[in-house]
Amino acid sequence: MSNPVQGKGLDVLDSQEQVRFETLVLPHLDAAFNLARWLLRSRADAEDAAQEALLRAYRFFHGFHGGDARAWLLQIVRNTCYTWLDKNRKIKDMTEFNEEVHGLPSPSPETLAIASNERGHLSEALKSLPPRYREVIVLRELEGCSYKEIAAITSIPIGTVMSTLSRARRQLQLALGNAAPEEATHGV
Amino acid sequence: MACDRADTLVHGYFDNELDALRAAEFEIHLEECSECVAALDALQSLRSTINIAQPYEKMSASFRKKIMADLHVKGATVMTPARVTSDWRWLAIAAALLLMIYVGWRVASLNRGDSRETMMASKIVDAHLRSLQPGHLEDVVSTDQHTVKPWFDGKINFAPPVRDFTEQGFPLQGGRLDVVDNRTVAALVYGRRKHVVNVFIWPTSEKDTAPHTGSIQGYQWTDWRKQGMEFYAVSDASAPDLDQLQRLFSN
Repeated sequence: MSNPVQGKGLDVLDSQEQVRFETLVLPHLDAAFNLARWLLRSRADAEDAAQEALLRAYRFFHGFHGGDARAWLLQIVRNTCYTWLDKNRKIKDMTEFNEEVHGLPSPSPETLAIASNERGHLSEALKSLPPRYREVIVLRELEGCSYKEIAAITSIPIGTVMSTLSRARRQLQLALGNAAPEEATHGV
Repeated sequence: MACDRADTLVHGYFDNELDALRAAEFEIHLEECSECVAALDALQSLRSTINIAQPYEKMSASFRKKIMADLHVKGATVMTPARVTSDWRWLAIAAALLLMIYVGWRVASLNRGDSRETMMASKIVDAHLRSLQPGHLEDVVSTDQHTVKPWFDGKINFAPPVRDFTEQGFPLQGGRLDVVDNRTVAALVYGRRKHVVNVFIWPTSEKDTAPHTGSIQGYQWTDWRKQGMEFYAVSDASAPDLDQLQRLFSN
């Protein structure tokens, strides 16, 4: 089908494939950015990673033979982000995955005080989760992905998506809950 | 936690991921397990917290432009720095300007079509979300097309094609009036497994079009025009589901 022509730097898709790429992949640019932004916890890093991922998607587009384009793209974004985290020695985050609920850092009172609005509270709470929890929250709650799509994107077996989400949500509830008592104790 | 389902199944139920049998079983269980009811409430409130905070972050306009240019390699690679003497410099600047105008035009024309469609689709998705608020889904609750269709008479100045597709897996659940983009529209409500599909319909003078599809934050939409009516179907059901419903309407 595709016939990539050697270009300068990046292979150029032929016009038919270019149209297919624009139709299938371009609608999901924000989804790509949003996932990268929450996985890397920084807009600047997210731009770099999203760019890298999109160029990879473009380069390997001839290998995409239909199906769920969003899941396909998000899988690339996710892999790019993990490589990125790895490279930047943020791998510490990923090993925390094993430490179960109690071993994980909660947002400090200072950051919570700064994050005075709902958006800030949620953002800090979400950032405090390990990437593997953060990604399922982002995919399910922000992106509206089905369990099947989450499994495809994250390589979590479909059978454990539900339990991963369960743990991720519990931890997010805990992190958000930490924010509330401050106000409560003030009130009493 | 005493009930282990409060940790597991409640999530699948909350996310509409249980098959009909397991969902029905869980609903029976819900009637006698306060723990699962509490867990379900907590999930709902977590989702509200997330929705209120609006954590979804889109890329900036400038970054989008850069990405677009990256993916349309043509524009980006032309600017090879040649050895320019002062005589050539003006020509180079003129060429660069022309290129910028061209790239800007390409991006702008892409964005324009894109954003108009996206804007309409996001209004439709908003209307869909509004309809899911308790008590907002249907004004006339009926699975009978012969009840739903006459209900619209006298309320709007057009007759939406009301059809039941129960046998094809899209049972008609009812209808209501809605306002989308300052226009009164008919909304038909269909079920699709555990999902709700809204089909918004209003008259148009434009000619028939093939379906356009897309998704916004996980909601699928399909838009088409047929015989003087514009249709917008939206749901959190899958894209193939909406395709199927679209074909049913077009038959």
